[in-house]
Amino acid sequence: MKILLPYILSGVSVGGQYALIAIGYTMVYGILRLINFAHGDVFMVAGLVMVYLAASTPLYIAIPATILITVALGFTIERVAYKPLRTAPRMSVMISAIGVSYLIQNLTLYITGGLNKNYPEIPWISDKITIFGTTTTRVTLITPFLTVALCLILVWIINHTKIGMAMRAVSKDFETSQLMGIRINSVISATFVIGSFLAAVGSVLFFTNYPGIVPTSGSMPGLKAFVAAVFGGIGSIPGAVIGAFIIGICESLIKGLDTILVTQGVMASPFGFATFSDAFTFVLLIVILVFKPTGLFGEKQTDKV
Amino acid sequence: MLRIKDLTVNYGGINALRSISLDVPDGKIVTLIGANGAGKSTTLRTISGLVKAASGSITWNDQELIGKPIDSIVSSGIAMAPEGRRVFADLTTLENLRIGAYLRTDKDQIEKDIEWVYSLFPRLKERSWQYAGTLSGGEQQMLAVGRALMSKPKLLMLDEPSLGLAPLVVQDIFKIIRVLNEQGVTVLLVEQNANMALKIADLAYVLETGSITLSGSGEELLTNPQVKEAYLGKKN
Repeated sequence: MKILLPYILSGVSVGGQYALIAIGYTMVYGILRLINFAHGDVFMVAGLVMVYLAASTPLYIAIPATILITVALGFTIERVAYKPLRTAPRMSVMISAIGVSYLIQNLTLYITGGLNKNYPEIPWISDKITIFGTTTTRVTLITPFLTVALCLILVWIINHTKIGMAMRAVSKDFETSQLMGIRINSVISATFVIGSFLAAVGSVLFFTNYPGIVPTSGSMPGLKAFVAAVFGGIGSIPGAVIGAFIIGICESLIKGLDTILVTQGVMASPFGFATFSDAFTFVLLIVILVFKPTGLFGEKQTDKV
Repeated sequence: MLRIKDLTVNYGGINALRSISLDVPDGKIVTLIGANGAGKSTTLRTISGLVKAASGSITWNDQELIGKPIDSIVSSGIAMAPEGRRVFADLTTLENLRIGAYLRTDKDQIEKDIEWVYSLFPRLKERSWQYAGTLSGGEQQMLAVGRALMSKPKLLMLDEPSLGLAPLVVQDIFKIIRVLNEQGVTVLLVEQNANMALKIADLAYVLETGSITLSGSGEELLTNPQVKEAYLGKKN
């Protein structure tokens, strides 16, 4: 058990970071039936904005400003690239999303010159700590708690506030929601604002663990968060969070499998399982789609009694 | 008073409404009857702002409604219970009523109005915490009407409230329409069930392929031979 602990810890942590991105995918899908391919890139931009801001301002300004700018970006993308296509076929919006994704990647490539940008050191949260004899960073420990807390707040908003009720209504029936006087565009914007906010928080936690950012840094975490959302049942927030934790933990365990098996004496030399950790995520996607296309908590038909 | 003048609506390349004019006087029950595809629903949907008009005008207490956003039409006192009920299946009965009051901010009065709707439809009170998707068809129709009432409309538009319901349930719904009307709500009713609709209506219009072909009081149309043959299934 002791040998597994560091991998589980880091798995839970990375899972929490995926969860924060996955919520953005799942909420937007829930309302617009759109897979927002640009979401991973918004996550990356949050990281870059932080790099630039932290170079010139103290962290207590840089972090909130990063979050604000990311939220503004998410809001603008929806207004410019998706809103005009509200009545267009779903495929057109999807293609627009792919376009936005590449636009962002290429713009950042132009701005950064494709060079690796070093992520700023955030003092307190990247400090080393020891827990049950395992050394790790504080961010590893904070992430799952912060993720779960933010999710609980979000679920509360959705179930107990007026805007949350409007979101649930709009996600089921645009037209009837309008007949209630709900401005669907405001509700959709609110969804993008929440999704981008969580992605920005996730990006601060995620990139702290990595040396730097390049324009494609958002693709892999974005894709994995998307898989997590599908795994949990796209459209379901608890599903996305649980899916993300499962993927994070599995991925981390696979990365550590060589070390674990060698130290346990199961294998004489490392096999190279770590290479397959990304592949695992996508194999999982295929397996889910084959055996449970609606995911763990996917939308059920309500039966009449 | 709602006044429609020379309203033309094109819908998916078809002339859904061809220059229709009609009046819905305050405090009356007005019904639109006609066959499938005659343009009844389109008329209601255009009034509520869901469908754009090609030309003509719709005035509500002398205010032009065409071009106004849907939420401002709702807040001006027009509510609609759409065809097929369209309750929010995974919201509870109570939440469905609350969302009907979405644009209102008078919290205390909203609570009173919920009780008022429950007094009109006692069945809904029993089902308060149940998801609307689990209600029976009749209960869903009651909920759709109750939800529309929660915006405190002066004009209530009902699109085929009898659709797919048992005759006894239909009678209940029509009783409530009368009660509401007596409480001062103007009702614009679209119905395939011409017999029921004409009996209750002060004023009725017959729509045929996008044009109004007949109009008069409910009683007049009930005895009109053309109406009898086409919509009441009675041979002279």
